[in-house]
Amino acid sequence: MTKQHPAWSPYDNNGGTCVAIAGADYCVIAADTRMSTGYSILTRDYSKICKLADKCVMASSGFQADVKALQKLLAARHLIYQHQHNKQMSCPGMAQLLSNTLYYKRFFPYYSFNVLGGLDNEGKGCVYTYDAVGSYERVGYSSQGSGSTLIMPFLDNQLKSPSPLLLPAQDAVTPLSEAEAVDLVKTCFASATERDIYTANKLEIVVLNKGGIHREYMELRKD
Amino acid sequence: MESIQAKQGLVGPNDPIQRTQLPYVTGTSVVALKYKDGILMAADMGGSYGSTIRYKSVERIKPIGKHSLLGASGEISDFQELLRNLDELILYDNMWDDGNSLGPKELHSYLTRVMYNRRNKFDPLWNSLVLGGVKNGQKYLGMVSMIGVNFEDSHVATGFGNHLARPILRDEWHENLSYEDGVKLLEKCMRVLLYRDRSAVNKLQIAKITEEGTTISQPYALKTFWGFTAFQNPTAGAEGSW
Repeated sequence: MTKQHPAWSPYDNNGGTCVAIAGADYCVIAADTRMSTGYSILTRDYSKICKLADKCVMASSGFQADVKALQKLLAARHLIYQHQHNKQMSCPGMAQLLSNTLYYKRFFPYYSFNVLGGLDNEGKGCVYTYDAVGSYERVGYSSQGSGSTLIMPFLDNQLKSPSPLLLPAQDAVTPLSEAEAVDLVKTCFASATERDIYTANKLEIVVLNKGGIHREYMELRKD
Repeated sequence: MESIQAKQGLVGPNDPIQRTQLPYVTGTSVVALKYKDGILMAADMGGSYGSTIRYKSVERIKPIGKHSLLGASGEISDFQELLRNLDELILYDNMWDDGNSLGPKELHSYLTRVMYNRRNKFDPLWNSLVLGGVKNGQKYLGMVSMIGVNFEDSHVATGFGNHLARPILRDEWHENLSYEDGVKLLEKCMRVLLYRDRSAVNKLQIAKITEEGTTISQPYALKTFWGFTAFQNPTAGAEGSW
């Protein structure tokens, strides 16, 4: 039987960029707020950041329906965990859960590019970075999404992370202060916005530290 | 022994399972915006069968429950199927008889899940849905696409409306539009769509939802203007062309 039309695609890329940076006792997670499809903008004010647990925040870009489904699933699993263990899930624990959840759909993936940020069990900042099917790694900083190719080399240059292959293992978290890290993130997005059409409008920054969660916004170019 | 020609278009017993990949009777754009007292939504009444405008009295906006309006573009039969699902949902909601009722946020969430799950089965409901409503003074306006992409905004439009109407809305929409201004703005968008979208028909309904309830207007036509000098003598610049 000849196919007369291209198969409809279950995926779409709604664009956007996410960044996370881990510090000695804080973690910065940031994402833009534009949602696009093809060359159109769907909305200029959509949050890509989701708080999964008290000390664990996820930012995801890619196909928004899959991202939403993933966030719902993880939130539901966290609720069950809280009921069963009477405590919040740790960030490394959530990191493993996210990886397993993604791999579960290895043969019809969640088209979702995630960075997980938070504080580990010792209160140190941690960032985990993922691909669409669940490969993950703990790192000192990461970016995912349409602007990641523009931002990642810049972060590599500025944050000079030691090689994970070194022995003895060296800390990947940045010695920068919280304010400096937030400023760096703002610079990253201001630059990515110039050249990536899917990154724009507004930047949402979430900072996690021992004082709790703090959220701020910065305007980006809207074109 | 059936010939290959006879089999084309028919489903044989050993064929792989087929799923809808093409829409047949479709509706074009739906445009909606938030205004001072609630939501205004507009859609024309056309149902196209490919390039033929086959049906001219299709109601593409329906009230759902007490608090919401649902507008749909895309495959009309899938919209009708969705309405059946929603009927059942609202029925069960009413049967609780507990003073609570599903609001627009809940319906939007329900629709998103339905659309996403159908997409997961590779059998989408071929619609772009606009869900608007007011509950307890909170205005809500959202959209869901056929693959489950969803969001909320102060103004939304499906299909061609996204390209032609949204820029007008971005420029002229503001918080606390009056009812008259909201209708004027929507009519401006629908007029542009009428001029430029080939599947648009000049018979539309504007629906309004506020805390008090829903009103869907009687169908009416927009005034159009074709008296441009360039149209009077179209070959003026190129004699001999048609």
